[in-house]
Amino acid sequence: MQTETNTSIENAEKATIEMKSVSRGYGEKWDREEVITNFDLTVNPGELTVLVGPSGCGKTTLVNLIAGFDFPESGEILINGKPITGPGHDRMVVFQETALMPWLTSYQNVVFGPKLRGDLTGQDLKKKATDLLTKVGLSEFMDKYPLQLSGGMQRRCELARAMINDPLLMIMDEPFRGLDAMSRELMQEFFVRLFEDGGRTNLFVTSEIEEAIFLADRLVVLSNRPTSVRKIIDIKLPRPRNFHQLTSSEAFDYKREAMELLHEEALKGFGAAAGESQKAFMESLTKTPS
Amino acid sequence: MSETNLTPARIERPTGLAMTMHNWKTALKTQTPYLMTFGIALWLGAYYLFVEGWELPRFNKLPGPVEVITEWLNPDPDWGMSLFTPEYYDHVVVSCRRILISFGIATGVGVPLGLFMGWSKIFRDYTFPILETLRPIPILAWVPLAILMFSGFETPVIFLATLASLFVTTLNTLLGVDSIDDDYFRAAKSLGSKKHHIFFHIVVPGALPFIFTGLQISVGVAWFSLVAAEMVSGEFGLGYLIVDSYMNITYVTMVIGMLTLGFTGWASSVIVRMVGNRMMQWRLRALALEGR
Repeated sequence: MQTETNTSIENAEKATIEMKSVSRGYGEKWDREEVITNFDLTVNPGELTVLVGPSGCGKTTLVNLIAGFDFPESGEILINGKPITGPGHDRMVVFQETALMPWLTSYQNVVFGPKLRGDLTGQDLKKKATDLLTKVGLSEFMDKYPLQLSGGMQRRCELARAMINDPLLMIMDEPFRGLDAMSRELMQEFFVRLFEDGGRTNLFVTSEIEEAIFLADRLVVLSNRPTSVRKIIDIKLPRPRNFHQLTSSEAFDYKREAMELLHEEALKGFGAAAGESQKAFMESLTKTPS
Repeated sequence: MSETNLTPARIERPTGLAMTMHNWKTALKTQTPYLMTFGIALWLGAYYLFVEGWELPRFNKLPGPVEVITEWLNPDPDWGMSLFTPEYYDHVVVSCRRILISFGIATGVGVPLGLFMGWSKIFRDYTFPILETLRPIPILAWVPLAILMFSGFETPVIFLATLASLFVTTLNTLLGVDSIDDDYFRAAKSLGSKKHHIFFHIVVPGALPFIFTGLQISVGVAWFSLVAAEMVSGEFGLGYLIVDSYMNITYVTMVIGMLTLGFTGWASSVIVRMVGNRMMQWRLRALALEGR
């Protein structure tokens, strides 16, 4: 889709992720908690797939499985047809709260991966890192430590640290959580430009519906625990995206559909957590016409 | 990005003497030095009034500040020990040398030990019970063993001082590794780090803040176990000086020994703190941003 307008990235390698009836639970036999059961999803190459689900539904577990920090108990996860055996720099994760090493400057953080692996050295590495830092607007902050940067700058530095590895897949685990509304909006705009420019396969996890619709090619609505795919909505808003599109009737329909699904799922979780006394109150909530 | 516009014209960070001068000037503008001076004066005043001014019961047997300071600065001391006698420096130098050796050994062994224990589950399972069993045994209980094991005066004293600070350093380092956020390990693994990369690039720098907190405590622990050891065995050192003056009823010298010990101990933790700040610029700058 967006690749048609941008020829420069057609050669870039992109990943396909296939999750086939993946299950993962935790705890001993007597207090077992199934987090994910029979999860099937294909993430298409070059697309921005957004997972949105009620809080506590196992989104982070999904991220850990794909990143290779954790393994499924049954089923399999394939990246370009090969099973995932552990963490690797073909899949870059951008974490919820920043995971920049506080003891390294932004520049040192960005070159961390390629330098250790020895993929790039000397001037090549320096040029690539400097270019990327400039691209994310941090050229003047290369020698600053993460704790000296604002929240938005930290996230952009983290994006640069991920992108320098030319990953086949970027995994974003609620990356803009904790930012104030203004920075969040700026980061979303910045990120969508970056994606439209690069066309990398992207898996973006969030609990914000507007953010999800603004970014997504495909919106995957997750069910309450144990997590499975509730519905996949194709978002057909034209690219390049801008915030005006969010006020269109098309976007509104997507939002309404996703919200209704999410509301249902969230209520299930809420109902399960609430005691008997809350049952009546819960029922009155679900009966409210939408 | 909009944020770049906020940076003012770049001013070079001063180096060396210029930086020191700048730091001093800034420090003199705060109330800290004046409050510290006032605090010391207050303490000295109370000491003087209790002991020499009003001669309160219980206090009147102690040597007063005027007496101590006069003796300390006396080129021809009445009790044989002042800033002008070479023996005074013998005691100070001997104690400092012992601290240097035992703190050095304790750090050299304790930091790597703690890092390995934090890094490798297997190594930790082997060693943790031993550490936890030996740690609560007070240093004075080790004195007989130390004397049995080592000959002479020097080795048992150094052994005792090393032992005490070793436990502190090891435990703090271990806790330091435990305190590192899991996300850093995950990020490093994603970025393709091997096991040894993780050790040197995540475990070591991540544990540094705890290590240096531990070292400040452990240098203090080294001092007081050293003095305890010197009181039991030894023929030089500040601990020995204090006990020896007590035995010879030269209380003025005893207080001089105690104050000297206090100042040297303070100086040693200042040095540890300075080294720590130098090694953790990232932390220092972040704290400075918060106005600390």
